[in-house]
Amino acid sequence: MKNFEYAAPRTESEAVALLSDQPGHTEILAGGTDLVGLMKKMVVQPERVVYIGGVPSMKGVAPTADGGVRIGAGTTLDEVLDSPYVQAYPGITQAIRGINSMQLQCQGTFGGDICQRARCWFFRNGHGLLADGGRIAADGAGELHAIFGNRGSARFVNGSRIAPALIALGAEARVIGPAEGEEHLIPLDAFFRTPRHERERETVLEPNQLLTHVVLPPASGHSGAYEVRHGEGPDYPLAASAASLDIRGGVVRDARVVLGQVAPIPWVSQAAADAIRGLAVSEATAEAAGDAAVADATPLSQNEYKVQLAKVAVKRAILLAAGLETGGF
Amino acid sequence: MVEYYWPKREDSEVIGKPLNRLDGIEKTTGAAKYTYDINLKKQLVAHALGCPHAHCKIVSIDTSAAEKTPGVVHVEVLPHAAPGSEIKWQGELLVIVAAESEGAAAEGVKNLEVKYEKLPFWVDAEDLAGAEAAGQTAKAGGKAETEKEPGDDDDEDEFIDAEIERLFKQSKHVLEGYYGIDAITHCCLEPHGSNVTWNDGSVTAYLSTQNVSGTDDGFARDLELTADDVEVICQYIGGGFGSKFAPDYWGIAAARISKATGRPVKLMLSRDQELKIAGNRPAGYIKVRLGADDNGLVHVWDSQQWGTSGDNGGGVSHGVIPYVLVPKNYRRVATGVKTNTARSRAWRAPNHPQACAMSQTAYDDLARIMGKDSYDVFMTNLVNAQGAKPEVYAEEMKVGAKLIDWKAKWHPHGKGARRGSIVDGLGMALHTWGGTANTSSCLLKIYPDGGVESFCGTQDLGTGTRTVCAQVLAETLGLKVNQVKVNIGTSKYPNSGASGGSTTVGAVSESHRRAAQDAIASIFEKAAAQLECDAGDLEAKGGKIQVKGDATRSLEWKKACTLLGMKPLEVTSSYERGAPSPLSNSGVGGVQMAHVEVDTETGVIKMKTFVAVQDQGLVINPKTCKSQIYGAVIMGIAAALYEHRIMDNATGAFVNAELSEYKLARLGDIGDIIVELYEPESERSRGVIGNGEPPAISPIAAIANAVCNALGTRVPVAPFTPKRVLEALKNARA
Repeated sequence: MKNFEYAAPRTESEAVALLSDQPGHTEILAGGTDLVGLMKKMVVQPERVVYIGGVPSMKGVAPTADGGVRIGAGTTLDEVLDSPYVQAYPGITQAIRGINSMQLQCQGTFGGDICQRARCWFFRNGHGLLADGGRIAADGAGELHAIFGNRGSARFVNGSRIAPALIALGAEARVIGPAEGEEHLIPLDAFFRTPRHERERETVLEPNQLLTHVVLPPASGHSGAYEVRHGEGPDYPLAASAASLDIRGGVVRDARVVLGQVAPIPWVSQAAADAIRGLAVSEATAEAAGDAAVADATPLSQNEYKVQLAKVAVKRAILLAAGLETGGF
Repeated sequence: MVEYYWPKREDSEVIGKPLNRLDGIEKTTGAAKYTYDINLKKQLVAHALGCPHAHCKIVSIDTSAAEKTPGVVHVEVLPHAAPGSEIKWQGELLVIVAAESEGAAAEGVKNLEVKYEKLPFWVDAEDLAGAEAAGQTAKAGGKAETEKEPGDDDDEDEFIDAEIERLFKQSKHVLEGYYGIDAITHCCLEPHGSNVTWNDGSVTAYLSTQNVSGTDDGFARDLELTADDVEVICQYIGGGFGSKFAPDYWGIAAARISKATGRPVKLMLSRDQELKIAGNRPAGYIKVRLGADDNGLVHVWDSQQWGTSGDNGGGVSHGVIPYVLVPKNYRRVATGVKTNTARSRAWRAPNHPQACAMSQTAYDDLARIMGKDSYDVFMTNLVNAQGAKPEVYAEEMKVGAKLIDWKAKWHPHGKGARRGSIVDGLGMALHTWGGTANTSSCLLKIYPDGGVESFCGTQDLGTGTRTVCAQVLAETLGLKVNQVKVNIGTSKYPNSGASGGSTTVGAVSESHRRAAQDAIASIFEKAAAQLECDAGDLEAKGGKIQVKGDATRSLEWKKACTLLGMKPLEVTSSYERGAPSPLSNSGVGGVQMAHVEVDTETGVIKMKTFVAVQDQGLVINPKTCKSQIYGAVIMGIAAALYEHRIMDNATGAFVNAELSEYKLARLGDIGDIIVELYEPESERSRGVIGNGEPPAISPIAAIANAVCNALGTRVPVAPFTPKRVLEALKNARA
């Protein structure tokens, strides 16, 4: 690990003021479950680390005036899981429970999960985000890599466990900076981006901007999340999906379906939502939505199997959202 | 002359009892100091630069920036990395930087400037055709045996060809199969490493090792010392599994740097270095054709196997193919694939787990194509069993079948009930191992005040060696285990063999029993006069020296020890490996059975129940013995379902050399594990036999067969990841 300057601001504006406008010069430390490993391997080498765990306004879960919920980015995942205000969003609690590690749940933060760096062993072994223009992942050991959104150089997957559920639920990200008092509410699906060159990161955050909160609209309808996990440990899933369904009269009036671990960004599947809309949820209709979700998949040489896993994840997320059995593990 | 023996089961008061490990509290509370925990005053911390390329030539190394890095004290270019050297695998250490802190050492490594000339590489162990085309293969031996012998005028190869084909034509059932198992790493929780101090002509090395008595000379040789100048210490070790028998070149380098700087040097490998260079198990793949009669008795086997042990080719030894069940006629041919990967090291039961997974899967597939119960096919073929006696395997199969409820749960391959997308299946496998006792010496001191302590240059791999030593001493001296002090873990104690190959429990049982019997014989001589009897009439029991069967004529232990006079009784007793002995033996068998569930939509496999039935002669401590088996089974589950070294053909890199990506079984993944120690008098009377290796052999084959039983189709190569399960199902549909 390279030596660095350590800053521990007490307020959001102090935190933003400590961030450099140069990419990579400052890194934000919350739970540290992702950042510290990357620093130890010198994949990231910040001059300054800004610890936001001491910013009280970024912690906790609170109801909003319109009946929604506002979750501080510095809130630990287990605190979110325990919050009574979050229980109305089963997609979120199911996703957090899927992180089969008490340590990660207790140490990792809500914002940290969303802002975690790319899941890609080439990136994490120092080859950069786009690993030789994406050719390495395409030609080599790309079995865990993207099956959607992978036509450019980015072949990694976004590893956030909760972002698919949040996007399906219509969450927004509160982002502050760079100027003092500057504040933006960004729909969470627009928060992520696929980088086109090495100086771009996986979110739209500028180097001197900070994610402070996630704001959820009032819970309405049904939500669920399903992850295909190889084992019961804290390993990342092979594919995941979250679904939010507005079911009235036994029929899906509206739906949002988002996939995780399959693209450089949480992958919104309009096709899956269209496939289930207007129908009652059943094994067959959920499966058809899964088929629709992967119709445009573009697997690499080593990850064709993820298409099947993505399909099943969508099917099972829809079944779970509707309160039905998945029929599998 | 003392006649060595073990007490009968009914007479044993300590041996055979499931005592907790004597050092369990230290280990679980963190009080136990492993090598990684050793920090010495004024020590330097050393980090190493690993080669980023699979194959390259070192063009130049500039250490000047590293040397100028604040905190860096010493930089050494390793001898094998001098400019012009060829480096044959990724991760090989090139330069070591010793510094005042971890951070300074890391920055120093980062500041090294090395120019490489990249060279062509080959890292794919499974792609035999590709390896042949790339000139990366080498013959790795083979053997053919037929009942019918060639005539004097026959060409032997032509005869074997013709005879094998004749036998296949005669076969009622012919099975052709493909099986394999990827390379895994030892993945020791405590990486390899040491903390070494040069003391003006002598060396003290805290070394994470399985071999305290056998590594002192390694340090001595390279430092131009003699072994008496070196003390190697290892009180606790966080995993070795066959990979920690030597100081390794990085340990020697730490010693050199200590000599150069006059300060202790701590060098522990980083996690990725540990996985890349500090031990892996050879990969093996095989194409099998076997022929069987109406009953499923295999009478001909023909196989071509390949695999890798690294740049030297190698792979799984053909000598254990087919595994345990060896028909009268067989031909096996092996090819080594030379890969740009670090060389393999011994891994718990070298060759056996792979051989079991590469051949007993074929027996299960025979049952599948015959529509027969796999249990019956294995039972039928026990007539050809090697290693343990067929009747022992048969009994263990019966015990295992009862424990897993085989009859009730069995269904023909692929014909089980489906629950949603989930199917279940049963599989079994059997194994053998030697487990002979290693050479071992024990110095036993009995003090006139009744104190007892032993000294032995063995080591505890975490399996309970201290506890076993104490139990043997306590039993022999008629004491409780807390009345004896066991000292192990340094090369300054009497020599004891390396802990590898399931040789330790036999070794220390031999040396400690002999020392205690020799010592107690001396005490009996002195006590006999007091008790007015013959020494041969005495026994040590319940803290007393007493006339056999007459506790009224006895001396309390302390009182008896006063007869020693002013000086302690010191006895050194030894056992030489291979010497016939009533105390230890070799050759065990075991049977394992797995019950799994598979989600056919995702390819995810979950363990339901795993049964391990194991013989190991006389069991000193059933708790630690079972613990060994639990651990072995969990390692086997990991190798069957999760772990493998993933080499990237595009870059030659070992891409998952971190625990975040190198997947191991967690507690939630292992299901219910049922362990049964098979110890009838016929086995117990054979004496002590090691069981570190045997239970690690069968799990992969047993789970492979259970998965095949569930799906009705074979997932050929372990680990059986969701990717591979789905591909197998897709192929079966096609």
